[in-house]
Amino acid sequence: MATQLDTFETNLETVRTDVTRTTPAAFQETLAGVIDHPAVGASLPFEEVTLEGTDVTLEPTPDQLREATCGVTAAALGVADYGSVVLESTPAGAELAGLFPDRHVIVVRERDLVPDMAAAFERLGDRFRDGRDDAVLATGPSATADMGALVYGVHGPRETHAIVLEDNGE
Amino acid sequence: MASKRSQKADRIRHVMATEGDSVERNALGFNDGRYESVARLEDYDAYKDRARAIKEDAIERLPELIEAVRETVEANGGTVYVANDAADANRYVRELARERAAETVVKSKSMTTEEIDLNEHLEAEGCAVWETDLGEFVLQVADEAPSHLVAPAIHQSREEIATLFNERFEPEEPLETAQELTEFAREYLGERIEEADMGVTGANFVTADTGTIALVTSEGNARKTVAVPDTHVAVAGVEKIIPTFEDLQPFVELIARSGTGQDITSYVSLFSPPVSTPPVDFDDDEPIADDPNDREFHLVLLDNGRMAMRDDDQLRETLYCIRCSACANSCANFQSVGGHVFGGETYSGGIATGWEAGVHGQESADEFNDLCTGCSRCVNQCPVKIDIPWINTVVRNRRNRGADEGQLDFLVEGLTPDEEPAGLDLQKRFFGNFATLAKLGSATAPVSNWMANTPPSRLLMERVLGIDRRRELPTFERETFVEWFRNRDVPRPVDAEYHAVVYPDLYTNHVRTDRGKATVRTLEALGVAVEVPEVASSGRAPLSQGMIATAEGHAHEVSADLEPYLEAGYDVVVIEPSDLAMFRGEYERLLGGSRYESLADRSYEVFEYVYGLLENGTDPTPLRGGDAARGVGSDIAYHSHCQQRTLELEAYTTAVLDQLGYDVVTSDVECCGMAGSFGYKIEYYELSMDVGDRLGEQFETSDTADRTVVASGTSCLEQLDALLSRQPQHPISLVAPNGSD
Ligand code: SF4
Repeated sequence: MATQLDTFETNLETVRTDVTRTTPAAFQETLAGVIDHPAVGASLPFEEVTLEGTDVTLEPTPDQLREATCGVTAAALGVADYGSVVLESTPAGAELAGLFPDRHVIVVRERDLVPDMAAAFERLGDRFRDGRDDAVLATGPSATADMGALVYGVHGPRETHAIVLEDNGE
Repeated sequence: MASKRSQKADRIRHVMATEGDSVERNALGFNDGRYESVARLEDYDAYKDRARAIKEDAIERLPELIEAVRETVEANGGTVYVANDAADANRYVRELARERAAETVVKSKSMTTEEIDLNEHLEAEGCAVWETDLGEFVLQVADEAPSHLVAPAIHQSREEIATLFNERFEPEEPLETAQELTEFAREYLGERIEEADMGVTGANFVTADTGTIALVTSEGNARKTVAVPDTHVAVAGVEKIIPTFEDLQPFVELIARSGTGQDITSYVSLFSPPVSTPPVDFDDDEPIADDPNDREFHLVLLDNGRMAMRDDDQLRETLYCIRCSACANSCANFQSVGGHVFGGETYSGGIATGWEAGVHGQESADEFNDLCTGCSRCVNQCPVKIDIPWINTVVRNRRNRGADEGQLDFLVEGLTPDEEPAGLDLQKRFFGNFATLAKLGSATAPVSNWMANTPPSRLLMERVLGIDRRRELPTFERETFVEWFRNRDVPRPVDAEYHAVVYPDLYTNHVRTDRGKATVRTLEALGVAVEVPEVASSGRAPLSQGMIATAEGHAHEVSADLEPYLEAGYDVVVIEPSDLAMFRGEYERLLGGSRYESLADRSYEVFEYVYGLLENGTDPTPLRGGDAARGVGSDIAYHSHCQQRTLELEAYTTAVLDQLGYDVVTSDVECCGMAGSFGYKIEYYELSMDVGDRLGEQFETSDTADRTVVASGTSCLEQLDALLSRQPQHPISLVAPNGSD
């Protein structure tokens, strides 16, 4: 039987998001293989991994944001049956790093996966009432068909890549 | 009158020629996508029920929820302004722009700001206003109105957009591909966003308990519009409020699937502003995160007629609409003309009638309201289960009643014993009273047929009634179906297990008596004791002209005529799907209560009934199977009827035909385009044929071109007859045992 992680991966691919599974120990190495340069990002709200010591510029200036070709940010949740991720907006500008550069690398923990939207909205409802009340449910790259054919990468990223931190790797 | 009709015909012809292809390609794409996407959603129907219940509750409690939103948004640090009307909302936003000395305002897509013409007001304040949604941007450059609720520029092809951009912006290298156009727009609008002083968005939903705005988008422009400038103004109709955050879930599952056929859009932004992302000042070179987060947020809740709609028992349902566009994409007429014909000042598609009548006034709906033929294909597609055709009927009825008095015409007067006001448009009155005409037609046939088809009378009919000369008129039978049944000499079965009345609908009774006779022979061969009494016509004809009072009169007559049979245990077998749709659908509103229920519960479409008999063990041997088909092949191309498909009855016909050994392929267009009287009307004839062509093409493929064509509805048969060289027939005529009538 497919695990929730398998389902999530399959659906990420359906929505044109590449996936790399990794462990906390191998995270920085995996990341190095996945990002483009220059990269900007927002520090990850996870204990097991960090962007400190990587090539990712944290707390960028507007110019760095504009010049970056890659953004690295965390996802608070992953929704298995849609291949969606929940991106929180933070005072450190996580939303911007996931929105301006051409490529968005999303770090999501296996333990933060939920099976479906119903479960996602239950979790989000609690978070919103707790005051963590800005989130984007993002599914795949930004897209438009307004110019007569489907094109990826409009105002948001053209490519999305999820790095999934496996639980059993702790 | 005649010239007004021909002006309308000209306008429709022009839009079909210039925009029709793009509209058709896109609307059909969305429509197909929707069928596929909702089929993937487990619990689709349950989600629709939930979505409907949430909206009913929210509109019921709206005043209370508005106050709740005010409290939560203000507690979060934002401001709420409830604007009575467009002028009030525009004044408020304009003052905000003035106070902030805003030079550049960026917007994400919002139909509500289209409704109030906000851009013009901001421009009058001296602001440069930019639409950042690419479709809206195209319209802004082209200076056009949206032609679709969700994809506002679907009427423009890539080539047209390229020409437009190359002329307006004169890029070094001419733009050509969708990729190049998108990159150009991204770059251009990216600069506008960077310099913006104020961002304006709409809201798909506003939750009362958390003060959260939900924006459903794909491009990412709404997020940038909110994140980059430090002032965000969201303009939303009051009806966008839902009670709780969790109530968002069914809508998130439904909205994109119902609209463009995506399971979900790229971004569903949920935020309780002011957002925590720091605003970006692109002239600054300090880290962005260092800027203090002093954002401003204003939520403008727009009434503009909505509270009055809420008090209106007929228009209230419109407020449940989430503007997904399913009703437009699934509409055969819309697929041909788009929102520039099937739309008003702002809104387009089936539900536009409700919105336009509510927010811009009845007149804005009058122009296009007739484009809804009541085919009902949108009804099952609407995620909040709005009876869209009914809203169109009500608005049509109101228009009829508001029509100028005193336009009596002696020619038509005798033919129109209806309950409608004197000023009612003659064309509507004529078609609405088709029952009277049919009686007269049969009584005087064949003379009536000769008379009607002479060139002078066709000309007169076209001038006075707007009946297009290119349409063939129905030929009335001298002996009606009811008379045939009464006159024939066939012994009735004595101890039959099933008793049924075959409902003599107008067409079966006066025009297509053959299918009535075939039905009787079929049922009798299957052992059913049949009666064909005189029964009033259903009221479908007047209802489709918006003549509700007249239709209601018919409903009561039908009910009274059939009551003794229902009491005696008879079932009612209906041949014409649009009449069955009345019995099961509109009669609930026209009759109500137990009279509606007893009729609705006991009425069956003819193949639904035959299917039931066979399922209950009746021997099908007497029916003509595929191999025994007389003079026709066993390979069939079947076009069900729009209302029949809405009632989910198509499968009974195909199942019975399958069982009898026919090889059946079915059409999958939404409607044949004829739609009762619609295709006869001179202003709509060409549109009707354009819609019909989609059906015609499906029956001219290599697999279908040699098949026998069958269709269930009268209108569909007439339309197919006009479209194909093969003569179509009702499927019952195919399977009925041979008779000697
Ligand atoms: S009426 Fe229903 S189908 Fe039409 S746009 Fe509104 S919600 Fe969608």
